Parts: sequence; structure tokens; C-alpha cells
Amino acid sequence: MALLHVENLGIHFGPPEDPVRAVDGISFEMAAGETMALVGESGSGKSVTALALTRLLASPPARYVSGRIEFEGRDVLRLPERELRALRGSGIAYVFQEPSSSLNPVFTIGYQIREAIDLHRPEIRDVTGEIVRALDTVGIREPEKRLNDYPHQLSGGMQQRVMIAMALACRPRLLVADEPTTALDVTIQKQIMDLLKALKQQSNMAILLITHNFGLVADFADRVLVMFQGRIVESGPTAEVLRNPQHLYTRALIECVPKLGQKQRRLKVIDYAGIN
Amino acid sequence: MTTYLIRRILLLVPTLLGITLLTFLLVREAPGNIALMKGAGGENGSRAMTAEQREAMIKLYGLDKDPFTAYAEWIGRLTRLDLGDSWVDHRSVVAKIGERIGLTASLAGSALLISYLVAIPLGVIAAIKRGQVTDRAISFTVFVLYSIPSFAAALLLILLVAGGDYLNLLPMYGTNSINASEMGRFEWLWDRIQHMILPVICLTYGSLSYISRYARVSMLEALAQDFIRTARAKGLPERLVILHHALRNALIPIITIFALELPVLISGAVIIEEIFSLPGMGQLMFASLEARDNPTIMGITVFVSILTLLGYLLADILYVVVDPRIRYE
Repeated sequence: MALLHVENLGIHFGPPEDPVRAVDGISFEMAAGETMALVGESGSGKSVTALALTRLLASPPARYVSGRIEFEGRDVLRLPERELRALRGSGIAYVFQEPSSSLNPVFTIGYQIREAIDLHRPEIRDVTGEIVRALDTVGIREPEKRLNDYPHQLSGGMQQRVMIAMALACRPRLLVADEPTTALDVTIQKQIMDLLKALKQQSNMAILLITHNFGLVADFADRVLVMFQGRIVESGPTAEVLRNPQHLYTRALIECVPKLGQKQRRLKVIDYAGIN
Repeated sequence: MTTYLIRRILLLVPTLLGITLLTFLLVREAPGNIALMKGAGGENGSRAMTAEQREAMIKLYGLDKDPFTAYAEWIGRLTRLDLGDSWVDHRSVVAKIGERIGLTASLAGSALLISYLVAIPLGVIAAIKRGQVTDRAISFTVFVLYSIPSFAAALLLILLVAGGDYLNLLPMYGTNSINASEMGRFEWLWDRIQHMILPVICLTYGSLSYISRYARVSMLEALAQDFIRTARAKGLPERLVILHHALRNALIPIITIFALELPVLISGAVIIEEIFSLPGMGQLMFASLEARDNPTIMGITVFVSILTLLGYLLADILYVVVDPRIRYE
């Protein structure tokens, strides 16, 4: 059985007579432990899809107009509030784009991780020890000292590591990383991606990486989905899609990644007229 | 932090000098003076004063001196904590304020406390129910309340619930009933509370409506933050997301306006104490202004200024307590 099964999911915003079809009938599956990338430009519906997986997208304003989301056989869109909360964090956990604003500025990072553990793993006695381990796993040095730090005392890269530690602390079966490196500078970006890769190898957790950057996808994801204007326009094993993109938009997206050793006077720009 | 505090406390001195200098010059240079007030009725009136008597009195109170010299002398006495004697009854200003400050402080304190206790939940509810009927009802009500001047509300309330014309639920004026001295302790306290209800309402509703609007905006801002999404993504129940993660952040700006409320409440007390015949500092201020009793006016000014400035200082300290990002160097 698939870990995650999304079928004909449709999410609209705005007036029902003239809706914005943010997600327009998409279907995909993820197996346990699988790494998948969801690629597309801003506004293509990737983040809306990601948030919908645990109904984090508030309705209203969003309207779930069609389809099903099944996680471990449970129908997420019809799950009662209580079970939904149990699913959030322990079934599906998130790492968001902007670590500096995704952590609550008035609580220490230790406290924010503790909240997640208390909520989903109440059987743990030594919570502080567990927090230290979580921070250690994501490569934060001297975790015993750091856990009393407030988010603003850490750099952006460290904050994102804390977000990852918090997400992992509840042992989720699926980690959704929504543009986890977009707000970080390039060297930190690489560190975070390396960390995610290492974590992927250590655990049997599935990862859904959401990005607009095909460059990150190549050596990370087993499979890739390409989203454009709310639809999935292409999907398949990463190597295959990269080698032989079928859809014009996929080709254009791949060409947008600048390559080393090639002289380019200008960066490529997507020509929408040719796609539509 | 300690250096910051010391610097802030030292800065209170020039601020206080500015406030007192301005007030001193204003009350002294405004037309009229104590001699004219005491001689009210004019040359032909029953309490008429001769021109010589008036001159003597002006000299006696030092009103003939250069205002800056007089201010310097007043400051000199202030440094020895001497606020002088009232020109009306020749009692020490400190004693006069001392016997009245308790009443005003308890009025303003209750008003401040109740304002916050009611306004924050109102603001939070309005923010959660944004755009819905509840939010609109709360917004409409607080706007109406905010628009009613407190003296009008006071008179209206007296007419409706205290006058006996419509209802006779609460006493109309004063701090206690006439037979208060014969009452037991709890009976006396209940009598006092009943007397305080209307004045406190009149002092409260304005601040309350203002703070609740502020709380609503502040809460909406907090709820729109990314970390709220993180809190929900963790699986936290909505109650904790709102009351813990959002409210804790929303409280930061609400706390600072507490300092702004202090002078508002005290100036409100001037009118309200007068209307309800409460012998507090506000009423004393009103009476002293009418009588041109400069030492008392200045004494109250000093008291209220220090209180307000300390309020600002306290707000800044509270800022550090609730927001870990702020550390004063």
C-alpha cells in the first residue's frame, strides 16, 4: 500500500463562479521511504499541495473542491480535527521556506522542540536528552547549550537545522520540505541539502522536496513531479525526466539552471507563449 | 541592562525639569492669580480687597518675582523634597496629596486592570472571528464606547441607574454612605465598592475600547505569522496555537501602551472625581486650578509626571521580559 495517495485533488481560491484553480485535479503516489521532488515555479501550486496534505491550508479562503488525500489509508480531507492533529507532526512533518519567521521568536528552540515531543511521544521520559539528540542529529554543535537559545540568536542555516530537528523529533513517516533552502545563501543551501540526504539514508522516512530549482533535484530525489499552473505536467524517475524531458515546460525549467563550463550571456527565461 | 536602566533613570531628571518648567510658567503667567481669586467680588464686593492688600498678597506669595527666579527657588525646595504649602489652606502640599492619592490610585488602578482584563479577551475574540458577526459586533460596540466623552457617560449613568428617575441601583456620589461609620468592615467595603462602580466604569470604557482595538490588530498580526503555521503543523491544538504562540507575541505591543494609559486615566480622574464628588487627586487638581493654588498644582504635576515617567520605564522593562529579542545595551 502506498504511504501517500493523492487522487484528483482540486483546490480553488476566490469566488466559486470564477475560481483560481491553484491545484487542478492532480494525482500522485508516494511509497514509504521514497524521496520525491515536486518541481515548479512560484504559483504553480506546489506549496498549496504540500499544505493540503495535512489540511494546513485554511478553508476558507481555500476550497477543497475535489479529490482525496489518503495517508496510510486514512482519508485526510475527512479526518476529524483530533485525528488530524495527531497526524500533523507525527505522520507528516514540515520544514518551511523561511526559518527565521517559521520559529516563534519568544520561545527557546529547546522549548519549541519539546512541544512537539510532548505532543506526539508522551512516553519519552528524558525529553531534554531527546531534544539534545535531535539537535545533534542535525549537526548543531554543543546542543546542550543551544537548546536555551532563542531563534534570533542563531544564523539562518542553524535555524533551518532547528526546524529540521523539530520535524524529525516526532519520527514522521513523511517529511515535507517546502523550499527548505530558498531563503538561505548558496553555501548554507548545500549544507542543508547534504543534511537532508544524510537523514534520508539514515531513516526510512519518505521525503517530499518542494522546489523551483531543478539543480537540487538531480542527486536527491528518486522521482520527480513537474507542476505547472496547478497541474502535474510530467512525472517519472528523476534521471529519466532530466535526460529526456517530455513537456516543453519541463525542458524550459531544466534549461533555466545555469551550467558550469558553458558560456551563457544571459540566463534562460521561460517562454510561456510557446508552452500554452 | 543595568547601565541602560541607570541611563534611563538619569534621563528622567531633564524630562521632569522640562515638564515642571513648562507647567510652572503656564500657571504663573496665565491671567489672574491667587490674590485676585481671594479678593473675588471686586472692590465693591463683600470680600473686597483694597489695592494695597492685593499688592501685599502678591508680594507675600512671591508673584512679583521674575518667573525664572521663582522657578529656580521652587526647584531648590523640590530637591529637598519640599513642595511647599498650599496658598488656600496653608497645609503642606505633600500632606494634601497624600490624603487623596490613595483614592485616585485605586480608581485608576482598577480601571487599568479591568480595561486590560476585558480588552485583551475582546481583542483576541475579535481577531479569531475576523470579519464575522462577532467581530463586527465587538468592533461596533467599542467604537461607540470610544466616541462617548466620559463626562457625558457619567451624567447619563447617574441619570439612568443612580438618580432614582429610572433605576436606583447605585449611589450617586461620594465614597461612602452617610452612615458608613456605623458599618461593619465587610458592610463598609461593600458600600465603598458600590460607590466606586460608576466612576470606575466611566474611567474604564474608553481605555478598554482603545486597548481592545489595539489587541485585535496585534493579534491579527501575530496570527498571520509563519510560526503560527509551524505551530499548527506540529499538531498543536488550536487553543494553544492562539493562546500561547500567537497571544504571547501579540502581548508585546499591548504592554507598551499601558504606559500611555496612565496619564489618560489620571486626567480622566480630574473630571470623573469632580462629577462624582470623590475627594481624590483629580478633584484636588480641579479645585487648585480654580483657586490658582500654584504650589498644589505644581505638587500634583510633579507626582503625576513621575508616575507617568516611571510607567514608561516599567513598560520598557516589561518589553525585555516578554520579548527575548530585545536586550538594552
